[in-house]
Amino acid sequence: MNSSDLYLSRKRSNIVGLTLSMLAMSVGLVALVWILFVLLSNGFDALQLSLFIKDTPAPGSEGGGLRNAIVGSLMIVGLSVLVSTPVGILAGIYLTEYGDKSKTAELTRFVTDIMLSAPSIVLGLFVYAVAVATVGHFSGYAGSMALSLIAIPVVMRTTENILRLVPGSLREAAFALGAPRWKVSVMVTLRAAKSGVMTGILLAIARISGETAPLLFTALNNQFFSTNMSAPMANLPVVIFQFAMSPYENWIHLAWGGALIITLAVLFLNIIARVMFREKVKV
Amino acid sequence: MSIDSPSALNNSIEIRNLNFFYDKFQGLNDVNLDIAEHKVTAFIGPSGCGKSTLLRTLNRMYSLYPGQRAEGEIRLYGSNILDKNQDLNLLRAQVGMVFQKPTPFPMSIYDNIAFGIRLYEKLSRSEMDDRVEWALTKGAIWNEVKDKLNVSGLSLSGGQQQRLCIARSVAVKPKVILLDEPTSALDPISTAKVEELITELKQDYTVAIVTHNMQQAARVSDFTAYMYLGSLIEFGATDQIFLKPQRKETEDYITGRFG
Repeated sequence: MNSSDLYLSRKRSNIVGLTLSMLAMSVGLVALVWILFVLLSNGFDALQLSLFIKDTPAPGSEGGGLRNAIVGSLMIVGLSVLVSTPVGILAGIYLTEYGDKSKTAELTRFVTDIMLSAPSIVLGLFVYAVAVATVGHFSGYAGSMALSLIAIPVVMRTTENILRLVPGSLREAAFALGAPRWKVSVMVTLRAAKSGVMTGILLAIARISGETAPLLFTALNNQFFSTNMSAPMANLPVVIFQFAMSPYENWIHLAWGGALIITLAVLFLNIIARVMFREKVKV
Repeated sequence: MSIDSPSALNNSIEIRNLNFFYDKFQGLNDVNLDIAEHKVTAFIGPSGCGKSTLLRTLNRMYSLYPGQRAEGEIRLYGSNILDKNQDLNLLRAQVGMVFQKPTPFPMSIYDNIAFGIRLYEKLSRSEMDDRVEWALTKGAIWNEVKDKLNVSGLSLSGGQQQRLCIARSVAVKPKVILLDEPTSALDPISTAKVEELITELKQDYTVAIVTHNMQQAARVSDFTAYMYLGSLIEFGATDQIFLKPQRKETEDYITGRFG
């Protein structure tokens, strides 16, 4: 085979390879566009003012909205973020700045990895057993607890990974001034990794705001508007789950509207996270 | 040891029988060295000779890493800093360090300087302003940054960042300043500024500098230590080392006939 034959055959295999990867990409893209298209075409009509100011309708009644579910979701997710952000960040700091390769740190990482891949329905059942069955009723708090169990490992591992990107020389420079380790961690290392850590939090919010299984056994649902977190609470994922399977036209319509709201919120969070992640570490 | 050893001067640091280990690998062999007060002492030698290792024992930077340990004695104004009970934060407040790559903290120029001061002193706002100005002036960068103290330290050029880092070390008023190849990431003009600064600094501080650049050692230092394979080969007045080295190895290295 002379050199121009070799060149032609390489060119051919390049075309074959390129075609295959383009096909693979379009499969993924088609699925995504299809989902968005179906969501938009079914949910767009539901995006009316009534969706945000009316509560979920009783069986058989007309119209209605998702106000109680939207507020409930915001409160459950909000509380969960308030709890899981400090815990996750502090644990991430422990893993990089204190524990490093110690046995405790390795064990923590191992457990976190299991938590990250644990089916969320298992976490829901666990919270049901400890926080619902024991008190005898479903509650918004239990829902937040279940979501926190999902969010903490996400925040923790992203914090750890981002802190690892901060060069050791920056830490050494702070130590060289006589700074104690906690000041080095909080005032220098964490500050350098700020935008990356924020990204981790946003991704965790995006992750938990669509979770349904852990809320089924914990927050359950509530047909009425309620801000009492120690009682069952309406929330978007469970409302979608129940309404989508119902025989009522207006319920199915609302389920599409709710699905669209969650998708748009998650999309929005992901876009913000992407923009922020452009500068992971400032050094 | 050469005839013109600094023993006649006051010593800031006296190193005796120092051995250093990276786990099982021995990085320094029985080093004995005096670092004279208010003088510049340079450590030169080929890569891997242990000069940075030696510098990093002087503020116990190695203690951050498990597996690294030093044996022997390093006396800082008489007290042995290798002692188990030595408080490392207090030691590092007395023995400052500037690194090869500039390491400004991700905060304003003002806060970069104030960070170290706030660790050990409680100053009023105006006292702090004065101190920051004093440190930045010492670091020969005040005129360039006085109008943008609230701007991030990361926005400065490499040479400015390095002078900011030197000012940051000076700000906490240490006794000794360690410089680990402080100009190897800088252009010639910034290098000249930093070298000028080093000469200024020795009036108030004891300076130890590691450098790959022999001309730099000749320009800025009063005493020079030549190291090879973890051992101190020759130590003496810089003129002595560069003009009339006693040891063949030293002569080969400084004349470029090394290896």
